[in-house]
Amino acid sequence: MTSKAMSLSYLQGKNGIFSWIFSLDHKRIALLYLYSILTFFITGATLGVLMRLELLNPGKDLMEAQTYNQVFTMHGVIMIFLFIIPSIPAIFGNFFLPIMLGTDDVSFPRLNLLSWWIYIIGAIMALSTLLWGDGPADTGWTFYAPYSVKTGTNVTMSVLAAFVLGFATILTGLNFIVTIHRLRTPGMTFLKMPLFAWALYATSWIQLLATPIIGITLLMITAERVFGVGLFDPSIGGDPILYQHLFWIYSHPAVYIMALPAFGIISEILPTFANRTIFGYKAIAFSSLAIAFVGYFVWGHHMFTAGMSGTARIIFSVMTFLVAIPTSVKVFNWVATLYKGSINVQPPLLYALAFIFQFMIGGLTGVVLGALAADIHLHDTHFVVGHFHYVMFGGTGFALFGALHYWYPKMWGRMYNKLVANIAFVFLFIGFNMLYFPMLVLGLMGMPRRYYDYLPEFHVPNMISTYGSWILATGLLLMFGNLIAGAWRKREPIGRNYWKTGITLEWQTLSPPPVSNFDRMPVLPKNGPYDYDNKPEIEE
Amino acid sequence: MEHVSGFSLPNSGHNRDAEASKMGMWLFLFTEILLFGGLFIVYMVYRSLNPEAFLMASFELNVWMGTTNTVVLLVSSMTIAMSITAIQKGNRKLSIQLMVLTLVAAVIFMVVKYFEWSAKIEHGLFPGQAVYDNLPPGESLFFFLYFFMTGLHVFHIIIGSVVIGFAIHRTAKGRTTKEKYTLTENAGLLWHLVDLIWIYLFPLFYLIH
Ligand code: HEM
Ligand SMILES: [Cu+2]
Repeated sequence: MTSKAMSLSYLQGKNGIFSWIFSLDHKRIALLYLYSILTFFITGATLGVLMRLELLNPGKDLMEAQTYNQVFTMHGVIMIFLFIIPSIPAIFGNFFLPIMLGTDDVSFPRLNLLSWWIYIIGAIMALSTLLWGDGPADTGWTFYAPYSVKTGTNVTMSVLAAFVLGFATILTGLNFIVTIHRLRTPGMTFLKMPLFAWALYATSWIQLLATPIIGITLLMITAERVFGVGLFDPSIGGDPILYQHLFWIYSHPAVYIMALPAFGIISEILPTFANRTIFGYKAIAFSSLAIAFVGYFVWGHHMFTAGMSGTARIIFSVMTFLVAIPTSVKVFNWVATLYKGSINVQPPLLYALAFIFQFMIGGLTGVVLGALAADIHLHDTHFVVGHFHYVMFGGTGFALFGALHYWYPKMWGRMYNKLVANIAFVFLFIGFNMLYFPMLVLGLMGMPRRYYDYLPEFHVPNMISTYGSWILATGLLLMFGNLIAGAWRKREPIGRNYWKTGITLEWQTLSPPPVSNFDRMPVLPKNGPYDYDNKPEIEE
Repeated sequence: MEHVSGFSLPNSGHNRDAEASKMGMWLFLFTEILLFGGLFIVYMVYRSLNPEAFLMASFELNVWMGTTNTVVLLVSSMTIAMSITAIQKGNRKLSIQLMVLTLVAAVIFMVVKYFEWSAKIEHGLFPGQAVYDNLPPGESLFFFLYFFMTGLHVFHIIIGSVVIGFAIHRTAKGRTTKEKYTLTENAGLLWHLVDLIWIYLFPLFYLIH
């Protein structure tokens, strides 16, 4: 009792802005990331809704063609580099990895703070392109040469911003790898780590192995623009296709930087709300590594129509199909975890289920795009736009929302209104599918992506899609409003284990956790992290 | 961290952990290798697309200056390694002297590089200059890559020197000792990497004929 009364939570103690923006505490840094990343998400989502508004009717409604080009580029850059790549590792990885491992911080707290600052500098650089010169880049987030070298818009700054943001990613990944190797609590072997930690481990390796390649590629684009020479210009012996190769060598593995942490979240939420052990722990852990590995050899599927030998295309296509295997291993394990569980339907579980549903659509449409013949028809159509929103938003985005609802009571020691949370979820789920499913149909009908206009025969699905974006936006407002309003709700007793059935170590400490994370030594379940038969009894 | 509750975890992220620092350094070096790896790929692809032009252009480079710099860097790798051995044996003074020698080597490298680059720029071979713009296809790629890759390498020499400077400062202050010499060790690792990259750059640009 005495120890409890004396433990200051990480939210108490020193206050004032400087105690936050210079904090070395991984939990405070996680919140810094949370607030900044969500701000950019809302900015990006606003741009998305504006694009949908333009596409409500054929012809020009709202913006010029050139503006539309800049808006989708800005939307893509924000969503990829400022939102989805850092998102789950930087927020929930930072907050919960040390706690789940039973330690009090990451291995390099200073680097951790530095990574947030680098992130903010990169973000300012990216957004600054709005303010001067010919405005933000109009190349699409992929910055393909030769257009990216020729356009007058602020490509150089956008590209440099992406380069700087890469450093933040690398530092976080490096920190997590060392933390996992060095700071696990006594008795926690690799195979007794929670699956979220496993997912972060695989993600961190991809961050380390892939990010430098895009870094150097982006530097080359910068040098090309600054010195006015064409490194990728065929007239002097260069090769624009080489740029695409270099770009996708990074950017395909980056897809797993976005997806793997989400898999980790789902693997945490499901056991808690099924109140039983995860099915196939090792299969889930190792399939992450398998995905990370195979994911390195599939980048060519973005370039089937760009000029590659037939052999290369077949190899890339087969490899792409292979990724589907470890991914479906995970899906089957999740579903099997629910089987015969005593299921407790709570907001986080709803998000996890929506994740499985939407991620499957995203993954299966990915297999369609990986098939050579189909891709020739579907390349650069709205089918692709639908596909990657299903993966990144319907998948990772929803997992992130699920994580917010799952760990909210732990992070703030407060609770949101569950009824409103459920209503917001219904809006999000319906809105999301109404927004993106028509895009898949439009793509099959042949509507290309990255145009502000379309032929009249595409009108109806575009209208449905735009209406969906309004429902989705309502859901987002409700969800964020509800989470923010939680700060003013009357406190209810949260206890250590709010959901009662949480089993990983974060549920053994106070809510919110004390500065040094634990007020007493955490106890590991006997046989692995999800051993519900030997769940340690935790006193309040 | 503050342990308000009076309880503290045995495995804290705020403990000093030389093993962790070294592991972090290795991982960082790994990313560096990949960074240059990307450039080596570009070099290889373009060399195979333009073999003749790359050959012609490579004759422009001064093999003697390149060789000198290779020797200088190899020696500096040796001095930094010896400096680590010195501090392990507790000889702080010798360790500092050897690190200073390493820095001297870095300066020599930069001076040679300066003369090499100025000669090229005098001939108008820097991207954007008149001669460069009229080079036959492929040769301009060679020089672009030459300046880009050796330039990035020089940037690493500077960073490495700064880190060694810190290590000297820490040793002089007595904060690096026989028991804790992680900074010196990491500075050495970084320096070896800088050396290693040059060992690949040198034959690629100067020697392959
Ligand atoms: C309110 C939510 C969102 C809406 C309404 C929305 C809508 C759109 C639209 C209309 C496009 C352009 C289609 C085209 O003409 O080619 C687009 C592109 C894109 N979106 Fe979203 N989106 C949303 C959220 C997201 C999220 C959460 C992500 C990532 C995590 C994302 C990533 C992208 C990317 C990468 C592009 C491609 C940009 C390019 O072509 O360069 N979007 N989105
Ligand atoms: Cu891909």
